[in-house]
Amino acid sequence: MIDESVVILSRLQFALTALYHFLFVPLTLGLAWMLAIMEAVYVMTGRDIWKRMTQYWGVLFGINFAMGVATGITMEFQFGTNWAYYAHYVGDIFGAPLAIEGLMAFFLEATFIGLFFLGWDKLSRVKHLIVTFLLALGTSLSALWILIANAWMQNPVGAEFNLDTMRMEITSFSAVMFNPVAQSKFVHTVSAGYVLGAMFVLSISAWFLLKGRNVEFAKRSMTVAASFGLAAALSVVVLGDESGYTLTEHQKMKLAAIEAMWETEPAPASITVFGWPDVAARTTHFAIRIPWLMGLIGTHSIDTVMPGIDQLVQHAQTRIGSGLKAYAAMQTLRTHRDDAAARAEFDAHKQDLGYALLLRRHLEDPSKATPADIAKAADSTIPNVPVLFWSFRIMVGCGLWFIALFGYAFWLSAKRQLDRHRWLLRAALWSLPLPWLAIELGWIVAEYGRQPWAIEGVLPTALGVSSVSAAQVATSLGGFMLFYTALAIVDVMLMLKYVRKGPDGLGMWPPAPSASAGSAS
Amino acid sequence: MFDYETLRIIWWLLLGVLLIGFAIMDGFDLGVAALLRVLAKTDDERRALLETIEPVWEGNQVWLILGAGAIFAAWPLLYAAAFSGFYFAMLLTLLAFIVRPVGFNFRNKVADPRWRGTWDWILTVAGLVPPLIFGVAFGNLFLGVPLRYDETLRISYAGGFFALLRPFPVLVGLVSIAMILMHGAAWVAVKADDVIALRAERVLRAAAVAFVALYAGAGAWLASGVIGYAIDGRIATDGPSNPLLKNVMHGGNWFGDGPLGRWACVAAAIAIIAALAAPLLSRRRHHAGAFTASAVAVAGTIASAGLALFPFLLPSSLDPRSSLTVWDASSSKSTLGLMLLVTAVLLPIVIAYTRWVYRVLRGRVSLEHIKQSHSLY
Repeated sequence: MIDESVVILSRLQFALTALYHFLFVPLTLGLAWMLAIMEAVYVMTGRDIWKRMTQYWGVLFGINFAMGVATGITMEFQFGTNWAYYAHYVGDIFGAPLAIEGLMAFFLEATFIGLFFLGWDKLSRVKHLIVTFLLALGTSLSALWILIANAWMQNPVGAEFNLDTMRMEITSFSAVMFNPVAQSKFVHTVSAGYVLGAMFVLSISAWFLLKGRNVEFAKRSMTVAASFGLAAALSVVVLGDESGYTLTEHQKMKLAAIEAMWETEPAPASITVFGWPDVAARTTHFAIRIPWLMGLIGTHSIDTVMPGIDQLVQHAQTRIGSGLKAYAAMQTLRTHRDDAAARAEFDAHKQDLGYALLLRRHLEDPSKATPADIAKAADSTIPNVPVLFWSFRIMVGCGLWFIALFGYAFWLSAKRQLDRHRWLLRAALWSLPLPWLAIELGWIVAEYGRQPWAIEGVLPTALGVSSVSAAQVATSLGGFMLFYTALAIVDVMLMLKYVRKGPDGLGMWPPAPSASAGSAS
Repeated sequence: MFDYETLRIIWWLLLGVLLIGFAIMDGFDLGVAALLRVLAKTDDERRALLETIEPVWEGNQVWLILGAGAIFAAWPLLYAAAFSGFYFAMLLTLLAFIVRPVGFNFRNKVADPRWRGTWDWILTVAGLVPPLIFGVAFGNLFLGVPLRYDETLRISYAGGFFALLRPFPVLVGLVSIAMILMHGAAWVAVKADDVIALRAERVLRAAAVAFVALYAGAGAWLASGVIGYAIDGRIATDGPSNPLLKNVMHGGNWFGDGPLGRWACVAAAIAIIAALAAPLLSRRRHHAGAFTASAVAVAGTIASAGLALFPFLLPSSLDPRSSLTVWDASSSKSTLGLMLLVTAVLLPIVIAYTRWVYRVLRGRVSLEHIKQSHSLY
């Protein structure tokens, strides 16, 4: 029997460390490309201010990058320390993109970040620009491979169960690599990171303008942020990863939960803009609906039915029944390896084996499951509807606001009137936390919405844990919370220090007569 | 392309390459951090010392990340067993690898001496902890780890963190620390300014002698006082990765009876000769040669451990049958083949641009230059 408290603590630890890690990653993703853009302008125009901009934002980039690297190692270790059975069960597929990420992407960014800071005097302008470009490329490639791994958890293609090794093994690497969920996730996630990076530069520049400091510096930075941010904000919404949400059973379930769509509607389904989901009554009160829109967004057609939660639970129940047949055949095969009938039965039902494993959360032996147990397990495939419903709506609301804000800033920057309205500068400043909020909620929708699965339809989260004690996980979780809090305090303190100092306080711009300005490299 | 058996051997060799790559590359900056307070007394000296590794430690640390990722991809059973079995030990190393990026980056960003002094201590400890723990973990491999698989291949363990601290593994941990200090000092002798480099040469001599003594002691202990493991009967070298399909006996001797025991002795001899050569070369002012010799010693040490253990990766003392070996702990044939292809294409590219970066950064970091700049990084 799986120790439920180990499951809860391990999940909590993974969720907290992942959300924490993703406070830093998106800023790295976005800011890296903005550094490359600023430096490209410097190389093309030869104007020193653009070099100073690259260096100043580079200092902030460096503080953040260190935190991203530090907290990223935790993620890679944790699959082994806390999710050992998961690592065994899917390592044959899941490990590969993580290793390739190290080899193809992380080496690139980590090797060139040192030269980015200390190579200004050692490299020609063009060579240094190439270094910055490779750094930015490395960060985005890194995201690509991590999201390929993550997408496989949502849509486990190109693999099948091997009875001899008791694990999933790869059948098609190209299916894993070109997983459609990975593609939509990649575009959506890196765009979100670009939005965050742009907002970071926009907000801090707006603060300089409000204070009347570093005006030339801030206006140029804002122009870059507004155009880069507008493009990214449009892409994050238009190319949102909802398109991937119709592919699999549980992705459909996630979408139904996001929409609080309790019952299947005739196609094309309406979208619920607002309402109050009531889990106990399985209904949504005060719902404001726009007809047709959900069906159009979700299925890109007017006649494909989108299943509601009720129908998906029934599917799950059927698949648990089928999975139990695979499970029984597997037990027979363990003692009678050559039983041809059992082999045929297993092969016919093995795609549902994971559904039978859902029962193991509460039963030692799934083959003894009663109809009530099966119904309970089927119900457990419903994620937390109110959390998904609200998280999604707040995220989308933020996304629409970003388009408006960056759009107007872009318009003003084109007219060279960025400092026309103080209210706009204030809005830009106070919007600083919003991309973080939107991004964290996006992960909550994607990953909390994936529950009860670690790998959809294959491995329930509860089975993935290591055979460690609850006391061990509680200790490490407490340690992480203390340690990460201390790091967060130091990080925010340093960020604030260098933002407050600004390019003027650091002697970067305007250039000091002593010409020691370059020392901040 | 290759059959399953060959792929497993190749990936066993690559596992060695990655561990050696990590120990040589990240090893010197761990050693430099561990020696920070010994080799550099004033703040300017410490900044100069840190600047010898500042542009490169980040790339070096990727060897660790790649190593863990490659073990996950190619040896998933080993990854799952080692990381969860050594739970607190792994989290402690993790802690060290978390504070290092932050420490390197944040130390110079505030001028207050208390701030910098605190970070210096943190960096020193974070330089010592990983080699100690990896050494202790390696030592435990020779004794066997108390783990057992059930029929669904779920692991269970007996014994916690402090059970790792048996005398022999602790000795291996000390070997590992001496090795990393020697290697870090050899780097500083190449890269740092005179005052610091001279201190580093003295440390190099002491650390090399300590390393050789401890390493030889551990070898003698292993040869005389540690019982080995051996596969009992036949094992299918191209069979499914399921450890429960074989039998293992606890007996014999790692060096004498292991299939590659003799090669382990050769690697150990190379390690000792190289470690003795390093201070001699340094005395004749062949600093690059001394660093290379130290790197060879690191490689020989890790190779000797891997060769002596072969074909075992992680023997089980609780249930010898549950031991992980090269023949039953790997990924599927397809994944090993694919990852080999990817590595064969990408690793040379990584090595090429890493070389380029080191070339750009060649030369000593002068104290004068540090005193004039007010580096934020």
